[in-house]
Amino acid sequence: MQRPTAESSNRLAAITRGEKVDTETHRALAGETPVVETLEFNFWYGTNHALHDVTMKIPRGKITAIIGPSGCGKSTLLRSINRLNDLLDNVRCGGDILLNGDSIYGKGVDVIELRKRMGMVFQKSNPFPMSIYENVVYPLRVDGERRKHVLDEVVERSLKSSALWEEIAGRLGHNALGLSGGQQQRLCIARAIAGEPEVLLMDEPCSALDPLATSKIEELMHELRGTYSIVIVTHNMQQAARVSDYTAFMYLGRLIEYGPTPDMFLNPHLSETGDYVTGRFG
Amino acid sequence: MVWLMGGALTICLVMIVGLLGLVFYQGVTTFWPRALTTLTLADGTKYLGEETRKEDYKLTEAMVGGLPKETAARARAVLDEPEAIARRRLYRTGNFDITNTHFDWIDDFSVVGAGEDEWSVVIERRAWGRFYGFPTRFLVDGEVVADTPVEVWDKFRAHHGAVSKRVDRLYRLQKYEFGKVHARLENVRLRLKKIEIEKGLESAEYAETQRSFENRTREIEKENERLAGEIRDLRHENDRYAMVMTTIDGEEATLVLSDVVRAYPANQLGFFDKLSVYSSRWGEFITGDPREANSEGGVWPAIVGTVIMTLLMSLVVVPFGVLAALYLREYAKGGPLVSAVRIAINNLAGVPSIVFGVFGLGFFCYILGASIDQVFFFERLPDPTYGKGGVVWASLTLALLTLPVVVVATEEALAAVPGSMREGSYACGASKWQTVQRIVLPRAMPGIMTGFILAMARGAGEVAPLMLVGAVKLAPQLPIDGVAPYLHPERSFMHLGFHIYDVGFQSQNSEAAKPMVFTTTLLLIVIIAALNIAAIWARTRLRRRFMGAQF
Repeated sequence: MQRPTAESSNRLAAITRGEKVDTETHRALAGETPVVETLEFNFWYGTNHALHDVTMKIPRGKITAIIGPSGCGKSTLLRSINRLNDLLDNVRCGGDILLNGDSIYGKGVDVIELRKRMGMVFQKSNPFPMSIYENVVYPLRVDGERRKHVLDEVVERSLKSSALWEEIAGRLGHNALGLSGGQQQRLCIARAIAGEPEVLLMDEPCSALDPLATSKIEELMHELRGTYSIVIVTHNMQQAARVSDYTAFMYLGRLIEYGPTPDMFLNPHLSETGDYVTGRFG
Repeated sequence: MVWLMGGALTICLVMIVGLLGLVFYQGVTTFWPRALTTLTLADGTKYLGEETRKEDYKLTEAMVGGLPKETAARARAVLDEPEAIARRRLYRTGNFDITNTHFDWIDDFSVVGAGEDEWSVVIERRAWGRFYGFPTRFLVDGEVVADTPVEVWDKFRAHHGAVSKRVDRLYRLQKYEFGKVHARLENVRLRLKKIEIEKGLESAEYAETQRSFENRTREIEKENERLAGEIRDLRHENDRYAMVMTTIDGEEATLVLSDVVRAYPANQLGFFDKLSVYSSRWGEFITGDPREANSEGGVWPAIVGTVIMTLLMSLVVVPFGVLAALYLREYAKGGPLVSAVRIAINNLAGVPSIVFGVFGLGFFCYILGASIDQVFFFERLPDPTYGKGGVVWASLTLALLTLPVVVVATEEALAAVPGSMREGSYACGASKWQTVQRIVLPRAMPGIMTGFILAMARGAGEVAPLMLVGAVKLAPQLPIDGVAPYLHPERSFMHLGFHIYDVGFQSQNSEAAKPMVFTTTLLLIVIIAALNIAAIWARTRLRRRFMGAQF
């Protein structure tokens, strides 16, 4: 492990004092084409300043993990990308987020259309109380797609991509609530990719699953990579290390360090990052 | 603490079981045919009747003083006993047209002989109530064709079936066919009057309409005559048959067979004969029309009125309640206005129901109804069409009354839909309305059904507001019939709850009406239970579909 510089070891102290700190972004990221880009993004829950000047570029076609202790703002950042935080009362944001170069917080942006270009998977799987088939085609139906052959094709493709097709091919009409936990989560992934989104946002997707189901989903993510850009928020550092190409470390609402995963874990630039990934705090 | 809770629960159970048990017992036994007792009293008078209830009371010297000699002697024997408790029984002696009483109280001590005669016959009549007597002679066209009880009874059984069928046909002709012809005639008259109002008596349209209407009127009057002829013939045929009965006092009375609804020799019936009388009375109760100022006959119109009004009310209250709750819960920004609306709706539940009746009368009938009459039914004025109580106004009034129930239940159901499901829907790119329509509402449906069940149960049982907005003692027509447009929302209707009140407290013959109160109550409870069970079954099926297994 690289020895921390004197400057970096004061970052946490600076944050506690309320000073602005820069993100330590590794040079490797400069070569990537970003699909989502945040620009000095701030977020408030009421008076609680949850995200401070977050600036990062999320690469296209890669898996980016966001790690950090509880309450550091990882989920808030994720939910800001598809503007799900708009549903809450008394929230405010500043700065901007770009999707393929277009501002998503600009005037006149249609939030519904924006969300259709993104897929989201939640911590606790949330299949709708409908059949498996209807669950997967839900994003298409709300978009107005009614042609049966299109829907059928999407169902097959999505369920195959999420490694669920063999298990339930004959049971598409069954209620989705009858599936096991791991299957339900894979169904939610299938639903999230049914609309062929630009970005797949995953908020701790495996935290409610057993190790076997978790490994299946991690395999899945490897296969989706390339076709989809994935952002995954996770508590589980080993998972971040196994699965992601790039890792971002957040603390107290600020992006502390951001770089290729092997470097982040073996050769972090900042001591705070090193302390966190080795479990010394957090 | 546990004893307190257990005690409270026991008291509740006892009250519920007690109430249902009482209603059930009284209601179920009412129609069972009883024995006809012949009583001979100490002073020589005789009575023939059905015992309905008995009572114990304390005998005092003052009461004995007024009695006739022989009876007084026996009464004193009771007085001498240590307890001096006398028992008296209420006998239904009928023959109101002769004796001017339906029931008589008879003390046990005044009875010297009691027995059951073979040929005591109970006759239920269409007018004047029950008749009790002995069959004496049978007349056809005024000629005596039988004069022993056995033969008279045989003749009665032979002819009564056909007479009854003719009576039914007469009833149908008068009520429906005649009514239809009259309705057509009335229509014609009203159209003429409309032209008169619009164009004037002198106008050309009026003259030509009048000419064409005169033809129609002639056709209709021909039909009228044909019907009247058929009715005359049927009546004529029925009047041929009569039966002479002798009462216990020796008086003779002639009863036309068409006046007899049901007759049976009470003391000769075996178990299955009694069962047959019992079932026939229940059948008449449920499917027949009322007679004798609602103290006899059936409650069919009240059943129809209750069911139609309840269904109309549910049809109105559920959509409005659900939409209101949806708006309050999903769309309205929280704030003082929304809280005020919610408080107002909840307080609506505490308003006395009669106040709803007054509001219904004032607003729906006199304002809305009168306006509708002015615009659409001008030619019928001053007779109100919608400007008076009717089944539609009653349904709307009760819908207002049960609205808070539906709104509260729906709000609870909507709040119970997990936020994760809503978020999942939004994340898929659904709009708010799509999320509500596809995810939230279906998931909340079982709770909405609960609100529906509660509203229906509450509405079906309310009586006070109905008395002001459309329920009547006796409705000339059903709100549903075979004449287009088949549902007539402006008509008054009969209602089981109102019927119970009317029969129990407004009858002249209150002793005879009392058992009817219990049977009608039993019927009302059964109908509401049936409606509730149907709704609960629907809700269970919905629950299974939408809840599924949750781990």
